[in-house]
Amino acid sequence: MQLHDVWFVVIAVLWIGYFFLEGFDFGVGILTKLLARDRAERRVLINTIGPVWDGNEVWLLSAGGATFAAFPEWYATLFSGFYLPLLVILLCLIVRGVAFEYRAKRQEEHWQRNWEHAIFFTSLLTAFLWGVAFANIVRGVRIDADMEYVGNLTDLLNPYALLGGLVTLGLFTFHGAVFTALKTVGDIRTRARRLATRTGAGAAVLALGFLLWTQADRGDGASLVAVVVAAVALAAALGTNLAGREGWSFTFSGLAIVAAVAMLFLSLFPDVMPSTLNEEWSLTVTNAASTPYTLKIMTWCAAVATPVVLLYQGWTYWVFRKRIGTQHLAPSGGH
Amino acid sequence: MTDLALAPETLARWQFGITTVYHFLFVPLTISLATLTAVLQTAWVRTGKEKYLKATRFWGKLFLINIAMGVVTGIVQEFQFGMNWSAYSRFVGDIFGAPLAFEALIAFFMESTFIGLWIFGRDKLPKKLHLATIWLVALGTIASAYFILAANSWMQHPVGYRLNEETGRAEMTDFFGILFQNTALAQFFHTMTAAFLTGAAFMVGISAYHLLRKKHIAVMRSSLRLGLVTLVAAGLLTAVSGDRLGKIMYEQQPMKMASAEALWDTQAPAPFSVFAYGDVEKGHNKVAIEIPGLLSFLAHDNFHEAVPGINDTNAHLKEKFKDSTGLDDYRPNIPVAYWSFRWMIGFGMASLTLGAVGLYLTRRRFWLAERLRTGEDEVPRLALTRNRELNPRLGTWYWRLSVLTLGFPLIANAWGWIFTETGRQPWVVYGVLPTSAAVSPSVSQGEVLTSLIAFTSLYALLAVIEVKLLVKYVKAGPPELTEADLNPPTRIGGDPTGTDADAEDRPMAFSY
Repeated sequence: MQLHDVWFVVIAVLWIGYFFLEGFDFGVGILTKLLARDRAERRVLINTIGPVWDGNEVWLLSAGGATFAAFPEWYATLFSGFYLPLLVILLCLIVRGVAFEYRAKRQEEHWQRNWEHAIFFTSLLTAFLWGVAFANIVRGVRIDADMEYVGNLTDLLNPYALLGGLVTLGLFTFHGAVFTALKTVGDIRTRARRLATRTGAGAAVLALGFLLWTQADRGDGASLVAVVVAAVALAAALGTNLAGREGWSFTFSGLAIVAAVAMLFLSLFPDVMPSTLNEEWSLTVTNAASTPYTLKIMTWCAAVATPVVLLYQGWTYWVFRKRIGTQHLAPSGGH
Repeated sequence: MTDLALAPETLARWQFGITTVYHFLFVPLTISLATLTAVLQTAWVRTGKEKYLKATRFWGKLFLINIAMGVVTGIVQEFQFGMNWSAYSRFVGDIFGAPLAFEALIAFFMESTFIGLWIFGRDKLPKKLHLATIWLVALGTIASAYFILAANSWMQHPVGYRLNEETGRAEMTDFFGILFQNTALAQFFHTMTAAFLTGAAFMVGISAYHLLRKKHIAVMRSSLRLGLVTLVAAGLLTAVSGDRLGKIMYEQQPMKMASAEALWDTQAPAPFSVFAYGDVEKGHNKVAIEIPGLLSFLAHDNFHEAVPGINDTNAHLKEKFKDSTGLDDYRPNIPVAYWSFRWMIGFGMASLTLGAVGLYLTRRRFWLAERLRTGEDEVPRLALTRNRELNPRLGTWYWRLSVLTLGFPLIANAWGWIFTETGRQPWVVYGVLPTSAAVSPSVSQGEVLTSLIAFTSLYALLAVIEVKLLVKYVKAGPPELTEADLNPPTRIGGDPTGTDADAEDRPMAFSY
């Protein structure tokens, strides 16, 4: 295994981490309209991720930075090629972050209501668009001999990619519902479990359809294993949720996301961004990579820093492990 | 179609300029307020005085309002290299990507994780551990600044690389040479000191606002003192580090510095320009007010050595680079360079002056006659000499001026970046890659126009929201403390109190 293969794996891990963690953040954001019945319940939802959402989002920044450093050509083609969808994602992430931090800082009804709308719509749209983006990466896009994207916006909105968008939307909503059941007490917890059953069934059907389509197009033995793991994990997540085993259900819904994203990266390898115009123009782990010297420096950094990050981020979840309900909300918020 | 004013390159440059200057309004405040809040919280932990805890809460709140904006606008910064500058990204990714990845992995994770612990951890973490979280946030912000400034320094002065003829890309050969080159160290020193100047002026201005109204005196008096000391120390160091960075730039980018002075022809000794109005086409000044010899000193530490002028440097650069780049003109926008340099220094030094005056006027008891001394709960008397108080009307004006100028360093910072980035033009990587060759070929004019309008409008809207929120919390003053605030838990996760059922349903100390 050469260093550029290692970095392909590292980047896959960073995206997996991002979708596992911010996946439930997006889900919780979507649940603010799907599950919460009043402001107090919306606040409970927002506070389940309050202390951690920002740290979760850094997984995205790390994935972006690592792609820039390890595969500059991939970073350049992807980000300039998917310009408008990424613009929408960026605008959503800006508004969403501000919404979490500012919503409770004023007590006026319209202020809080507007930020709550913002949290819902930005979570929904971003959850959908990540699926569209990843489906297009795996499917391949029109890339010319100079590694430049030559397609247009409508090329990106093909049926396979739209299905990919529904899959991430469905999986994240399910994951968020399971997370909510694990992190709350009272009535909302029971309803979160019921909602998890409904969304989970739908998400499982969509996800399996999408993964099998991918498997038929580009799959190999390893990716098939990942499809099977994802399928089993989804079934187990649904089953344990029905049985009221919330910790296990969250483990399995997380595993389903891990397996699904891993499956996409497995079917991508050794390409990083296939060209649909000519196979020789595809971006691969070799022609898109940085020099071995850069990769070596990066490997040292990642090897030292990542365990430390995992330790303190894990510790944060442990500190805030207590379930919350409406009775736990601080009276006025914001102070 | 590609009218020059709306050419994709021009639009992309405007977008980068607007989003970066905007992002950098929040960055220096975040860096300095994180540390200043940590200092105040340390004072509380060490002395147990309530005023320090109140001050921590008050400045911490303003810090949080700021960092939220800094974080979200920072995401754009990391993505737009690839989105708008894909040719640049391909060319420099081998070198430029690494510090960005390090920044995320080492600094952003630390900052973002521990800020969550600091905000929500008040009733979950013991006093000292809670204090450690804000220090880690502060450390994260500073580490983040280092990595991104090292990356920018490489664009100012590329070192530790070779050009691969075959791939046409720059490749890293000496990572530590890039990370610790003199440009990076000088830029970091200058940016950090300016950041603390910014936070300190902010703190002094807001403290003055309350002291003028005789409200929250104990908290604001301590804050004022901390702000003034920081303001003067950081201000002096900003001047020293600016001088150091300037001298490095005279060696590395003589064109930038000649433009900063509108020095058209090489002169020895070279004069410092106080005011100039000139003709860029013809390459000379029509009006010039100058201090003889001072520029030689700024560039070389003596009053006689020659400083190369714009016209000579341009001819020299043309000879050197014409074959590889095809460019004829190597001059940046000279009026912008000249005036941005002056606004940067002017606004920064105005703040320092005000701070120095304030530090003198509010000096401590040792230098004051007994009747002028004030206690912890009194507004400090502004004393002109040992025995004489400043005329009260002038005193009121001192407080007012402090409030009015609290944003001066923000303006100075913005002009500083405008100077250093536009002054490097027409290069994106000095002497290696022209800006015109850096833009994304696959991104259309319409797409850049869309994003430029979208970012600018959203940022404008958020600026209004942010400033209103800041004003609200500034006016509200420090919050009243509760029993729970004064008695933080002694164990991680919170102390068990009362019956188990009570503890189970106890509300959080803070929630969104």
